[in-house]
Amino acid sequence: MNGQTERAAKTPIIEMRGVNKWFGDFHVLKDIDLTVTRGEKIVICGPSGSGKSTLVRLVNGLETHQSGRIVVDGIELSRDLKSIDAIRREVGMVFQQFNLFPHLTVIENLTLAPVWVRRMAKKEVDGAAMRLLERVRIAEQAHKYPAELSGGQQQRVAIARALAMRPRVMLFDEPTSALDPEMIKEVLDVMIGLAEEGMTMVVITHEMGFARTVADRIVFMDQGEIVEAGKPEEFFAAPKTERARLFLSQILGQ
Amino acid sequence: MNGILAGRAPRRPSALEWLRANLFSSVPNTAATLLILYLGWKLAPPFIDWAFTGAVWSAVDPLICRDRQGQGACWAFVVEKHRFILFGAYPYDQHWRPAVAIALLITLYAVSALRAMWRPRLALAWLAGLGAIGMLMWGGVFGLPFVENERWGGLMLTLLLSTFGIAFAFPLSILLALGRSSHMPVIRLVSTAYIELIRGVPLISVLFMASVMLPLFLPAGVSIDKLLRAEIAMIMFAAAYLAEVVRGGLQALAHGQDEAARALGLSYWQRTLLVILPQALRIAIPPLVNTFIGFFKDTSLVVIIGLFDLLTTVKVALSEPAWTGFSVEAYLFASLVYFLFCYAMSRYSQGLERELARGSAARTLREN
Repeated sequence: MNGQTERAAKTPIIEMRGVNKWFGDFHVLKDIDLTVTRGEKIVICGPSGSGKSTLVRLVNGLETHQSGRIVVDGIELSRDLKSIDAIRREVGMVFQQFNLFPHLTVIENLTLAPVWVRRMAKKEVDGAAMRLLERVRIAEQAHKYPAELSGGQQQRVAIARALAMRPRVMLFDEPTSALDPEMIKEVLDVMIGLAEEGMTMVVITHEMGFARTVADRIVFMDQGEIVEAGKPEEFFAAPKTERARLFLSQILGQ
Repeated sequence: MNGILAGRAPRRPSALEWLRANLFSSVPNTAATLLILYLGWKLAPPFIDWAFTGAVWSAVDPLICRDRQGQGACWAFVVEKHRFILFGAYPYDQHWRPAVAIALLITLYAVSALRAMWRPRLALAWLAGLGAIGMLMWGGVFGLPFVENERWGGLMLTLLLSTFGIAFAFPLSILLALGRSSHMPVIRLVSTAYIELIRGVPLISVLFMASVMLPLFLPAGVSIDKLLRAEIAMIMFAAAYLAEVVRGGLQALAHGQDEAARALGLSYWQRTLLVILPQALRIAIPPLVNTFIGFFKDTSLVVIIGLFDLLTTVKVALSEPAWTGFSVEAYLFASLVYFLFCYAMSRYSQGLERELARGSAARTLREN
């Protein structure tokens, strides 16, 4: 690696410092410190209720934190709506339940935000959307409605919809958990392709095969804390904590 | 249906098979079928006799009707009084004006019913149409004699009250429903208070307040027309009811829709107008139309503040000594007019639901 790319790779794009969040009395996130650098792929795993989803949703302001600092792409996340809007334009998100807009066709799902948020010309947006649909191998479904597609197809459309905003970071909140087993691969393949193109990705998943091949770092969370973080080979071969060992044995043991 | 799913070519059942399967499939079913046939046989012929074969269709003298009272319907009354029932106290020689106005309104309804026409130009068509209707009804221009709106009445008044009522109450109700679902405490409180207050009061008292009390609060010299006061009261009342229907649609929507729209960076109004309302209002079509239909009929309550709607003109026509006693015919006629409009609304909403359901229909098909 030469000096320049190394420096680019080390530029932080998400920085969390001492972040705390409570739901009422429940302390969901405890003193979270996490830095994601440009181009990095991070997989977050951990038992349910460990706060992974909340952590990821803080990044684009779907949840708000009570203390600590979050900076995304140089913009500090505050209550100020302008900063949240600016960050959401740069951060794409893919949900477990796809959340496509059922009253719009596939292509309309993709073009909605670029037209209304980025104020791009309809013609330009349409062309870009078709290219994205080709990239997720679903161009022939462009004029169907989401309900006419399979779950795997819907999730690929959801990824394309997020990419249509040309984000700098992509967040994935358990993107394959709601899918039938035979559809998981088609979604993971799209995500692997995205990773190979150098997209910065934060992925919550229990697909450990994906984590092993794609992730630069695995972040293991439990009870609202980051318990350990490290390279996948180290994490899978020799987890440092008892909690991670237990979690891995449960999810790989089957 | 089962034939299709099992992969066999569906065969049309014969008439006998259909009868057996649908009307005589079990003992209770057979009993119900026979009972209904018996009632029909007992009730239908006398009604047909009264309403059609034995009816008096035209009469120069009400006495002809009197002679046949009890044996045949006196449609002559409706024929004689239909112009008063439809147009109220509007000057007799000018009745073509409300007639053209009604035709214009119905044309506007029909055009608006076509989804292909849902463009900004439709709003212009409505503005132009309502302008023309106003000119026709008031007159005072193009050589038309001026007719004050105190003399408007009958079907025209009913249609005007309901059209303007729904046109203003519906958008207001959407704002109220959004307000009640808002995260901003003041907006939520004001919307909730408005809805609960208006909904907790009978329409009649709202009408009374608008007609009797409102003028007391206005500064001296300022007066609002009685018709307008009634319309404002009806709009305020309908908006409160509709707001709860719209809110039901909002709540039926999965939370993920709003989240996905937020994650894409859409602003509140973009999310609301582009993502939330199109779905919420579609879900709410059946109860919305239910409320519209109720509202259309509620316009008849304006009688209590002295406006002559369709039902009131019927009543007034009946009060003429020569024609007293023919109230069944009169109210049947009024019911038929109300029914035609309400049934049209109902059929249209069912068609619209089917048309807009393409997305969800495909889903149910696959899940089965």
